[in-house]
Amino acid sequence: MEKLTHAANAVSVLKDGDVLLVGGFMMAGSPETLIKALLETSEVKNLTVVSNDTGTTDSNMIKVMKQGRVVKVHGSYIGSNPMTGQMLIDDADSVTLYPQGTLAEKLRCGGAGIAGFYTPVGVGTIIENGKEKRTFGDREFLLETALRGNVAFVKATVADKFGNCYMRGSTKNFGAIMARAADFVIAEAKKIVEIGELDPELVTIPGIFIDALVQSEDI
Amino acid sequence: MDNKEFIARRVARELKDGDVVNLGIGLPTLVANYVPDGVSITLQAEHGILGAGGAAKPGEEDSEIINAGGFHITVLPGASFFDSATSFGIIRGGHVDVTILGALQVDARGNIANWMVPGKRVPGMGGAMDLVVGAKEVIVAMEHTVKGSHKIMKECSYPLTAVGVVKKIITEMGVMDITKDGIVLTEIARGFTVEDVQSATDATLIIPDNIIIIEI
Repeated sequence: MEKLTHAANAVSVLKDGDVLLVGGFMMAGSPETLIKALLETSEVKNLTVVSNDTGTTDSNMIKVMKQGRVVKVHGSYIGSNPMTGQMLIDDADSVTLYPQGTLAEKLRCGGAGIAGFYTPVGVGTIIENGKEKRTFGDREFLLETALRGNVAFVKATVADKFGNCYMRGSTKNFGAIMARAADFVIAEAKKIVEIGELDPELVTIPGIFIDALVQSEDI
Repeated sequence: MDNKEFIARRVARELKDGDVVNLGIGLPTLVANYVPDGVSITLQAEHGILGAGGAAKPGEEDSEIINAGGFHITVLPGASFFDSATSFGIIRGGHVDVTILGALQVDARGNIANWMVPGKRVPGMGGAMDLVVGAKEVIVAMEHTVKGSHKIMKECSYPLTAVGVVKKIITEMGVMDITKDGIVLTEIARGFTVEDVQSATDATLIIPDNIIIIEI
């Protein structure tokens, strides 16, 4: 199966109303080539974006949001993107904030066939509103449910043409989890090599999770 | 020595050899500069690093190695990288010995509020809720008051980050332990009286007989 394609073709899989998972922690591991293609070549709207932070003022995501195409955000820390902060002020229901580890685990479960999990994080705070609370031993836990996307954008340092991805340094963050939690996963990579050229010991994301592969413009 | 350096130097003495430590953004980050001789710690960064080092030198920045504040850093020999689910498994699973972070308010029951001021722009809680619940020890390092307003309260009025997790508060005025009876002022900084500290504190402080003067 040929996965290598160009960014505009890859992002054309998105449909109006989709849930889009976007990897990265601020600019580290942020799939800017794919977000730029979403900005410039796609007109899909009513998107729900799942992202730790929705990027920074340097990110193309803020431009997509300025086009009014993102109607809902699930994130954790949004202080680096003033557009997301404004969304929250304009409509409190448009931005759902989670403790960062809860967001990560929701996505991990989404990719791993787990429906939900009980976490001690958020007990006694506004995070527990509306959630099942259960005591195990002498400690209270909240039920959090899995989260999945229709499409995920992630960024790798090196990928082979099978889709195996090596994410270097602190770029693994959310991308490595999101790549397992969406129906269609697009990876951009700074460097794309032939099958067999990426050491299997270095694979962060096995290639079976990747549906389309795009050369990063930002290398 | 300014307040922040004083606080960071005193907090650093709490660290023990071998500790895995997560430092919050701002003042807590300074603690890394004052780790005592003979104490070796491993710094955890919640987006996926154990063994984080100092700032990268100008011209040597690596866009793939940043800290949780988004700044370019280095890593030390023995470091490792991992994804956010693993990282928060480390945090939630109790594998971080100490987390040091700032707060908007802390109260006599060890409750902490540090992510949201009602009516102001909300940046989100990030990893703070996970860290204060998961770390074995939570130390709040902050200036004692903000613009003259109390931060160490009988009861937090801002939305909480977590309930009953803080065991120690270190400010430019002193060191306070949070016990089941309330907040005990165990150490006081030179130049302040117990009355000074109490008047800067909303909660009623418990004053032990043998209060220690902090020598930095």
